[in-house]
Amino acid sequence: MCEMNDNERQLVDWLADMQEDDALALAKRMLAEGADPARVLDLCRAAMEIVGKRFEAGEYFLPELVMAGEMLDAVGRLAKPLIRSETGGPKKLGKVLIGSVHGDLHDIGKNIVSFMLDINGFDVKDIGVDAPAQRFIDEIDAFKPDVVGLSGFLTLAFDSMKETIAAFERAGLRGQFKTMIGGGQIDETVRAYTGADAFGINAVEAVALCRNWLGVAA
Amino acid sequence: MNAMIGPYEQSDAAKAAYDARWGRILACVRLEQPDRMPTAMQTFFWPATHAGVSYKELMYDYEKTKQLCFDVVEEFEPDGVYTLVLGAALGPLLDKLDFKQLQWPGHGVRDDQPYQYLDREYMSADEYDEFLFDPTGFYLQKYLPRVAGVFAGFDKLPIFPGLHYFRLCFGVRAFAQPEVRASFERIVAAGEEASVAFAHHVDWANRIAAAGFPLINSAASIAPYDFIADYFRGATGTMKDLYRHKDKLKQVLDKAAIFIARMTIANARAANHPIVFIPIHWAPDRFMSPKQFEEFWWPPFRKLMMLLIEADLIPMPLWESDCTQRLPVIKDVPPGKCIYWFERTDMVAAFEALGDRVALRGNVSPSLLATGKPDEVDAAVKHLVDNVWRKGGKLILDGAFGIPDETPTANVRAMYDAARKYGG
Repeated sequence: MCEMNDNERQLVDWLADMQEDDALALAKRMLAEGADPARVLDLCRAAMEIVGKRFEAGEYFLPELVMAGEMLDAVGRLAKPLIRSETGGPKKLGKVLIGSVHGDLHDIGKNIVSFMLDINGFDVKDIGVDAPAQRFIDEIDAFKPDVVGLSGFLTLAFDSMKETIAAFERAGLRGQFKTMIGGGQIDETVRAYTGADAFGINAVEAVALCRNWLGVAA
Repeated sequence: MNAMIGPYEQSDAAKAAYDARWGRILACVRLEQPDRMPTAMQTFFWPATHAGVSYKELMYDYEKTKQLCFDVVEEFEPDGVYTLVLGAALGPLLDKLDFKQLQWPGHGVRDDQPYQYLDREYMSADEYDEFLFDPTGFYLQKYLPRVAGVFAGFDKLPIFPGLHYFRLCFGVRAFAQPEVRASFERIVAAGEEASVAFAHHVDWANRIAAAGFPLINSAASIAPYDFIADYFRGATGTMKDLYRHKDKLKQVLDKAAIFIARMTIANARAANHPIVFIPIHWAPDRFMSPKQFEEFWWPPFRKLMMLLIEADLIPMPLWESDCTQRLPVIKDVPPGKCIYWFERTDMVAAFEALGDRVALRGNVSPSLLATGKPDEVDAAVKHLVDNVWRKGGKLILDGAFGIPDETPTANVRAMYDAARKYGG
């Protein structure tokens, strides 16, 4: 990100420091005074990078990620209608398809992983909860992901993940992307059982796995 | 002459076995050494897996559920047993309540899948004041109609505080309204079903007691933060409240600690059982910061636990996920009064931090139980015995959150056999 003026630096700091009211008021004022809305969104991305780094460092936890997502959405709602031509934003690092496997209706962890991947520069497609293997396969055909993330909170997800990965094998898709699994009970025992390429116990590990597979420096 | 427990005869041998099992659990609570390491059994749908029937059958067939839940107790002989029938045979009651917060076998999930809670916002952030001012009024007119269809007409009830004299006399008009009348008719039917379900629980509990097996808990409770996060504001809603409505959140948590304690003490006394099971959802290390934990989560929970302890009850929180970093904080309870059940927290670390303060329960890994081999389960139990029990830890052996529904029987057998083999 190029040099920032005082207002811009202040906006990034307030967003990164969870000063929601101050940050949103400043973003609104900057836009009203003619700031480039695309530039304001870039500032948000810079703030989100700081949030992500603080999360990885153990300074921030889930509430801060949720608040960061809220602020990002709020500034986006202010800035996006003012953008005349889509610049498309920065180039994405790779595509990640993610969903909770069939039978499992939980999504809090999956949503956090999606958010962390998104703010770390990945193009994320989240297909929701209780997704059968065929749904994953259809979405893979359309989205062409580099990584597929299978999420599940319950122990029933062990078999659902195993069946989903077996379905990828049968469909001849397995070599086209990496498969990672995550969720409340997931560990190396479950990774071996399901045949996934890797597992992560939190969103930081999910980001690290994707970076590693796509050859992106941390 | 043998004693009778309900309609069931308890032989002298069964009474001695019952007393020995219950004695082991209580010795652990008091931080005294029992004659051998006790075991516990908690599960929801595993008896169905074990017997080869669907989860839906457990949800809807009281007699079958009681029999299968008796069979697993008799087969594996745990020292303390969860209220297995109450945890599984819920189908008819949920139907009659038109309960909205769960999907269950035959109602939103497949017949062979467990029930699942729907994390939603059941109270908006701008309703904190209303809840704080008059929780009962908020329950009656707002909360209950949102979580169960039988209460649909309750939004028509009068505003009770303020009713007086002729206002009170004419205030009862609301009860004649068709929606309110219909609600009460459905509530009575649901209440009757709840009584039937509870009578089946009591019948099963009497039968296992007569066979020599005590319940490890009867009443259950909840941490104030989890109460609000899970059942009112939703998980993400409460996370936002930590920033946007922190003072109101604190006030609600403080108040909730007291009314949750009152409810729990009443239930535990009615059940005449001192141990209170408290599943803990939002304490894990990775969830909130240490500062947030010490500011928001722990104080109201400690307050609740102290109220239970003062009422001669034994809190048994199940600390879900990994709570290793919380150990120094949650140690702040009087010694010999609680059972701390850990899921993914390293039990050796828990023993080292809390061994002089609380009994421990757990924690054979669910992934190992569900997908591993019996010799691996055996080794996991031996690890706990060698590193916790034999070093003086007052450990009640169990799965990390009981027996996962999908567990092969051979692994369950391996867990209980290994407990006997290594734990005396």
